[in-house]
Amino acid sequence: MAATKTTRGEKLQETILYPVDWLEERSGLVGGVKYFLFRKVPGDTNWFQTLGAATLTAFLVQALTGVILAMYYKPDPTIDPATKLPVAYESIQHITNDLWAGWLVRGMHRWGASVFIILMFMHMGRVFLFGAYKYPRELNWIIGVLLLAMGLGEGFTGYLLPWDQTSYWATVVGVNINGTAPFLGPFLAQFLQGGTYINADTLSRFYAIHMLLIPGAIFALIGLHLYLVVRLGVTSPPWSKEAAGKGPIGNGKVTTGRSGLTRFGTRGRR
Amino acid sequence: MQPQEEHPHVPGPSVWPVGFAVGVVVLLVGLIISWYVAGLGALIALVFGFLWVRDLTAGTALAHAPAVEPEERVSAPPLQADVTLPEEPPVERYPRSKFLEIGTLGLGGVIGGLVTVPALGFMIAPPFLNQGTKDHDIGPLTDFPQGKYVIATWTSDKSQGEVSRRTAFVRYNGELNNQPSFTIISNHCAHLGCPVQPNGPLDNKNTKELADVTLIPTVSIAGFGCPCHGGQYDTEGNRTAGPPVRALDRYAFSIRNGHLFVGKPFSVSSVDGTGANAKIHKWTLSFPGEHVNGIESWLYPIQPPH
Repeated sequence: MAATKTTRGEKLQETILYPVDWLEERSGLVGGVKYFLFRKVPGDTNWFQTLGAATLTAFLVQALTGVILAMYYKPDPTIDPATKLPVAYESIQHITNDLWAGWLVRGMHRWGASVFIILMFMHMGRVFLFGAYKYPRELNWIIGVLLLAMGLGEGFTGYLLPWDQTSYWATVVGVNINGTAPFLGPFLAQFLQGGTYINADTLSRFYAIHMLLIPGAIFALIGLHLYLVVRLGVTSPPWSKEAAGKGPIGNGKVTTGRSGLTRFGTRGRR
Repeated sequence: MQPQEEHPHVPGPSVWPVGFAVGVVVLLVGLIISWYVAGLGALIALVFGFLWVRDLTAGTALAHAPAVEPEERVSAPPLQADVTLPEEPPVERYPRSKFLEIGTLGLGGVIGGLVTVPALGFMIAPPFLNQGTKDHDIGPLTDFPQGKYVIATWTSDKSQGEVSRRTAFVRYNGELNNQPSFTIISNHCAHLGCPVQPNGPLDNKNTKELADVTLIPTVSIAGFGCPCHGGQYDTEGNRTAGPPVRALDRYAFSIRNGHLFVGKPFSVSSVDGTGANAKIHKWTLSFPGEHVNGIESWLYPIQPPH
């Protein structure tokens, strides 16, 4: 009886694992994901070090809700003759008031934007206070700053899309603040609004920048950011009792010179 | 060269196919654009094709090229001996692999550029081209009483509709040298572009609508104020308080058949005097927040075409 159970269990396990093995044999993806998820980190990592992953989650929420909102939103500033309202503004009203769960998804995107920005700053503060921007992680700090700029750009371009008085005048002010930058400021402002003034193309321009240009750049930069996080390892907190560089070096991978800063601890699977 | 019996004839590196390919591309583009271009492409393709074929056949039985193997090649091997590759053809100073590498990268770069440059240009150029505004009729001169501001709004570009709506404060100053004088002040705050409001009561009952133009007379105006950040201006548009860096922009105007036309906007650093006798310090149109004179204006040496 027991023997049959084991056999059945084994068979079941084999059946379940078959697709995983199939995938692993052909792509190595399973091993890659395992390596990413179960890599070693210092034993005394802190809850504050989850802020980066939280920021990533906030961004993915923005990406998902944004893609779905794009299915209903119309970036068109012309006036609908029936209602005397701009089509873009109407479509936002339609999403919020008429469509099932539209208010929820738009709300997630609208408030999630603030969450994303706030988390970026908190993550940045953590990295700064932990000294995690120091050698050999300077490049990741720089990429992070670019990501912050991109995130703020998302906030700026997304704010115009509801096409109401608040968004219009906030964008006028924002574009003109860009215009006061020395030398190239006026050109930047004119490039952003697609002309001397906000015009018929400005809304679709902001929409394209908001949903295609900047998100693409953010995805690429996040990829680089994570690659460097995995490659260089996680910093231990400044109050860590184990001095940096003295811990055991995992996998024999990082061995040269001062790279001992990427200290491998005992938490996590070997 | 390698002995013919051991290896098949392999032509040496050649740049002619590049020209041939360019010719074919020009020919295909010409089919769309014009027959002259197509003819030019065909010519390029033919010339380079001929050169290529000549190159290919060189050294084969097809072309009875004289064997160019004089003594110098025999003398070459000792030089190569220390590289321990005596089999290598000694005259090949530019290896095929290097040529292919540079050729691939170069061609890839050219193709990438051909695709990217027009696309990027399309993204960047239109905002800077054809930005001028046309003169716009804002009504007969009789709609503008002397010494009082009228709020005029109009759509500067019919094809764009409401998004191109502009607002200006128009005042008839009486005549100067037998010519009517107008003050036309833009409502774009010189701080960051919010719409300035007249400080004083409006005469809403006498609002006039003419096509896409709306004219709202005012009772009496003490100046202009911006709701966003509190910038204040006097009746000539000079800054009196708050963050603006210069006076309010103005519009040029013209009069045709007894109608007032607003023309091109321009920036103003300050205005001396009032009404028809005002002296306006005029500058090219600048974005709000930009200094047009003084040392700060050095930060904005070039203005994009407006």
